[in-house]
Amino acid sequence: MQFETIIGLEVHAQLLTESKMFCRCSAGYASADPNTHVCPVCLGLPGALPVINHGAVQATIMTGLALTCSIPEYSKFDRKNYIYPDLMKGYQISQYDLPLCGGGVLPLVIDGKRKDIGITRVHLEEDTARLVHRTANGETYSLVDVNRSGVPLMEIVSEPDMRSPEEARAYLMALRQILRYIGVSTANMEEGAFRCDANVSQRTLDGSVIGPKVEIKNMNSFRSVERALAFEVERQRKALRDGEALVQETRGWVEDQGITVSQRTKEFAHDYRYFPEPDLPPLVLDRAEVDGIQSRMAELPTARRDRFIEQYGLNEREAELLTVEREVADFFEVTVDGDSDRAREASNWITGEIFALMRDSGLELEDVKISPEQIRELIELVGEDTINNRTAKEVLVAVHETGKSPREIVEERGLAQVSDEAQLLAVVRSVVDEHPDAVTDYQNGKKAAIGFLIGQVMRQMRGTANPGVARSLLEQTLAERVTS
Amino acid sequence: MSDKKLSLEEVDHVAMLARLGLEPDEREMMREQLSSILDHISLLQSVDTSAIPPTAQVITLQNQMRADDVHDSLSLDEVMKNAPDSEDGMFKVRAVLE
Ligand SMILES: [Zn+2]
Repeated sequence: MQFETIIGLEVHAQLLTESKMFCRCSAGYASADPNTHVCPVCLGLPGALPVINHGAVQATIMTGLALTCSIPEYSKFDRKNYIYPDLMKGYQISQYDLPLCGGGVLPLVIDGKRKDIGITRVHLEEDTARLVHRTANGETYSLVDVNRSGVPLMEIVSEPDMRSPEEARAYLMALRQILRYIGVSTANMEEGAFRCDANVSQRTLDGSVIGPKVEIKNMNSFRSVERALAFEVERQRKALRDGEALVQETRGWVEDQGITVSQRTKEFAHDYRYFPEPDLPPLVLDRAEVDGIQSRMAELPTARRDRFIEQYGLNEREAELLTVEREVADFFEVTVDGDSDRAREASNWITGEIFALMRDSGLELEDVKISPEQIRELIELVGEDTINNRTAKEVLVAVHETGKSPREIVEERGLAQVSDEAQLLAVVRSVVDEHPDAVTDYQNGKKAAIGFLIGQVMRQMRGTANPGVARSLLEQTLAERVTS
Repeated sequence: MSDKKLSLEEVDHVAMLARLGLEPDEREMMREQLSSILDHISLLQSVDTSAIPPTAQVITLQNQMRADDVHDSLSLDEVMKNAPDSEDGMFKVRAVLE
């Protein structure tokens, strides 16, 4: 039997608002002491009334626009009822049948080929409280921290358009990139700001066998999503081949064992009894507001990549590297500063030396102590022959370490390139005198020996010799030695 | 109006959703009482609504939103005032199984 994998993803992303979804407590709970960002509304105390956070609505609409979703005129909130200790009110305010954003598309490029993944909907809801489990004196109990309760949470539901774990991963990476570009979420998976549940099933290519849909939860990194799905694909295929019964169920990914296990405790059919939230009047969206959000939206990664190729003459690989993160793309454009002639050098410096520095030191771009203006100064210093490329790389590291400007460092350390012929000729002559073997090699036709001699000149000059001048002086001197 | 009664299974399901444990005689009592409440509510079915569009809302308000800014939250003392038990500033509850 030849199987095809069907994957759909549900992503929950916390929105980067100042305040919570329905109250004015701070939504920034990450480093807060437990239960210090709570009020009667997010504690779910009787009689407390929610009010919709306009900023969260705008961020959700912006996400919908970035995913080319339809934005219906009319939208409302609903109650999703279930009882769990992390849900303070006994219901979650969510959106059921009239979400803020309707169908859209997220285009992916996989192995050089474009593949569109359908977006079913994007809706807005509230996050739950955090539970901490402890055991002391043989007693096991749980603790509730309500800070996270009520933080705006956006749910993005895809169509079942993905056909492999790799495609699912590519979708998540592209979605995270967009959310970060438009600045609506940190989309940090490890910190829980970006969570993913997957629906996965199998069908035979001829459609004769269609396996049940299994929901996978508890995947806490991009890698674990890919691993969990790969495991599940194999598990389902084997069961179908062996004629075992597969059931529609929810399974949890167990990271350290690399398996999914059935979560049968939640077997009770989910009976959420959705009904319209009586405490929140509906939203009727003004077209002008939606247009305003569209006009404020940052340029999206694919558009920016294409523009970099077009406007700056970069190749696809460079443009891709420079647009993975919005911060890098911004850094590049500030460096170029409207002068396209500088784009090639700027791209080389950023994708070469700056990336290497980030890799070696494990720093993010914002922690690298080099500004776009300083990169521009370095490019100028090389362009005007004050320093050569090799020295420039040294200067770059020194800028990061000292915070001083490239020109300051060149002056302080005497790194300016020496092009003065008289000064260089003296060094060239002494090198030629000291290395008669290399001179003989050169004169016997081993022209490569000149590379060694240039290296010796550089060494004596601590790298500051103008390599072009040094080479021509060396060639001159060697030619004179033959005739003499 | 219908005289159709809820089944005992339906009573059990509603009790489970409300986290209520019912004794056998309470099941029968709830079945009677819930059925009569439903009967009463179903009076609404007799209203002719064919000319009225469905709505999720009975008041005319819309777009009640607030700016995204932060106000003070409660103090931890106030938050914990009615908590039967707490530890490290958190509400202590019976073990929650995943
Ligand atoms: Zn609050």
